[in-house]
Amino acid sequence: MPIHDFVQDTSRWMSDEGPYSDIVISTRIRLARNLIEHPFPMLQSEHQADEVIERVRAAIGSPEFAEQGGGNFELIQLDTITGLDLKTLEEKYLISSTMVEHATRGAAAIREDELVSIMINEEDHLRLQVLLPGLQLAEAWETATRVDDLLEAKLNYAFDERFGYLTACPTNVGTGIRASVMLHLPALVATGQINRVLSALGQVGLIVRGVHGEGTEAIGNLFQLSNQITLGVPEEEVIQSLESVAQKIIEHESQARTYLMQESREDIEDRIARSFGILAYARRLSAKETMQRLSDIRLGIDLGVIKGISKNILKELMVMTQPAFLQRKSGVALAPGERDFRRAELVRDKLRSGAGHI
Amino acid sequence: MLCQRCQQRDSTVHFTKILNGEKSEIHLCETCARENGEFMIKPGEDFSFHNLLSGLLGFENGGAFGQIAGMQKPQITRCNTCGLSYQQFAELGRFGCADCYHSFGPRLEPLLRRIHGGATAHTGKVPHRAGGIIKKRLQIESLRSELQQKIQLEQFEEAATLRDRIRELEQQSEAGGN
Ligand SMILES: [Zn+2]
Ligand SMILES: [Zn+2]
Repeated sequence: MPIHDFVQDTSRWMSDEGPYSDIVISTRIRLARNLIEHPFPMLQSEHQADEVIERVRAAIGSPEFAEQGGGNFELIQLDTITGLDLKTLEEKYLISSTMVEHATRGAAAIREDELVSIMINEEDHLRLQVLLPGLQLAEAWETATRVDDLLEAKLNYAFDERFGYLTACPTNVGTGIRASVMLHLPALVATGQINRVLSALGQVGLIVRGVHGEGTEAIGNLFQLSNQITLGVPEEEVIQSLESVAQKIIEHESQARTYLMQESREDIEDRIARSFGILAYARRLSAKETMQRLSDIRLGIDLGVIKGISKNILKELMVMTQPAFLQRKSGVALAPGERDFRRAELVRDKLRSGAGHI
Repeated sequence: MLCQRCQQRDSTVHFTKILNGEKSEIHLCETCARENGEFMIKPGEDFSFHNLLSGLLGFENGGAFGQIAGMQKPQITRCNTCGLSYQQFAELGRFGCADCYHSFGPRLEPLLRRIHGGATAHTGKVPHRAGGIIKKRLQIESLRSELQQKIQLEQFEEAATLRDRIRELEQQSEAGGN
């Protein structure tokens, strides 16, 4: 598959629905791996960096890899694509911002379905990532470990019996796993319960973060829950504790939604309807306002206030209203002010093209 | 509310951090949040603990104020393979190669313990090829402790079975790993 297809459209994690997708946006697992007898990317020469890329190319290109279900990957050398393509891959979460900055030595192997990608020469030689819609931790781990096994059959991983998988940063050593779920928690925020719920979790080695705008309102009401500890905790245990905490948060958010509809139905419907009106008719939208209003739209769909619109509108527009995507769509470089204009246009089209109504 | 870092501008970026069950509220202005890149939300990205880490490392090295007067300069520890010194590691928060882990050896323990909630040894996935021998050794170790238990409980029949299994595994290991 040529780069063209990867940057043109939405990924499956955006367009597909997953379990608990009324609250869980996506699940991500990444594994950090390095090769022995190669300095880590920070100290690599260009020649050594190329060597790592060639080894990975050979591994994913081997007949055994495909036969045993590794899937079809396209390896893209990042210095061969345009800056706009690079940013687009980042906006789709297929590569990291670190990758974009150090594109000259890096490559990304992306599986056809875009659910699996391997960043090469990021902070570590390999960063294997699985990204799925909804809450699918066990599935994501299963996929990640299978692809990891197939890679390991061809690559000599740096592994130590005491420290586990050796990584460039000591915060990743051991399992090298970072598992995370992105949660949409508008009702917990609206009812002011969010901090109490998050702090009550108190689970060892888990971290929740969300970035708020002014005051107490969170931009897009999105929170990311992930494991922090990678040493001394087996992968299955990491997945398990993340899963059970996610389930608890889902439960609280559902209760808060029910409560909102019982106690302040008119207020919440008004808020949702206003956001619908603004997104459907506004001529300028900042990135921040877009995210906040989309969160309302998404809640409206979940609560049955808004009908005729796919739930995935939040995920899709979250990515498609980013600068590189907007620029690609309009075909010319856009100044920040023009972006707001184009963003409003895109959101408007998307909201009004379907059968969306209140 | 003022930014916790510069104490000058209003804080506009707020988040709750829960690490090892300890909750902390962080309030920063846009500028400081951007400078501390890891605080900006990027739902697809990892939360980089680079700054936190440098903090931990800096602490271990006497903090931002450098060496305490009159204290002897510590000996320079370097990785023989990649040449990175421990000091450089402390500044960068990154290892240069896989061998750094052994070159810096015991100095890493308190650091790993602080990052990973007390743990200093890996439990979890072991790669098939590289781990064949390791796996067998770990298996033998766990069988041995099981054997001790059986003996203490005077369950000699089970103990005998375990002993045979251990011997078998040991022979396989000596014969060349996988
Ligand atoms: Zn500040
Ligand atoms: Zn080294």
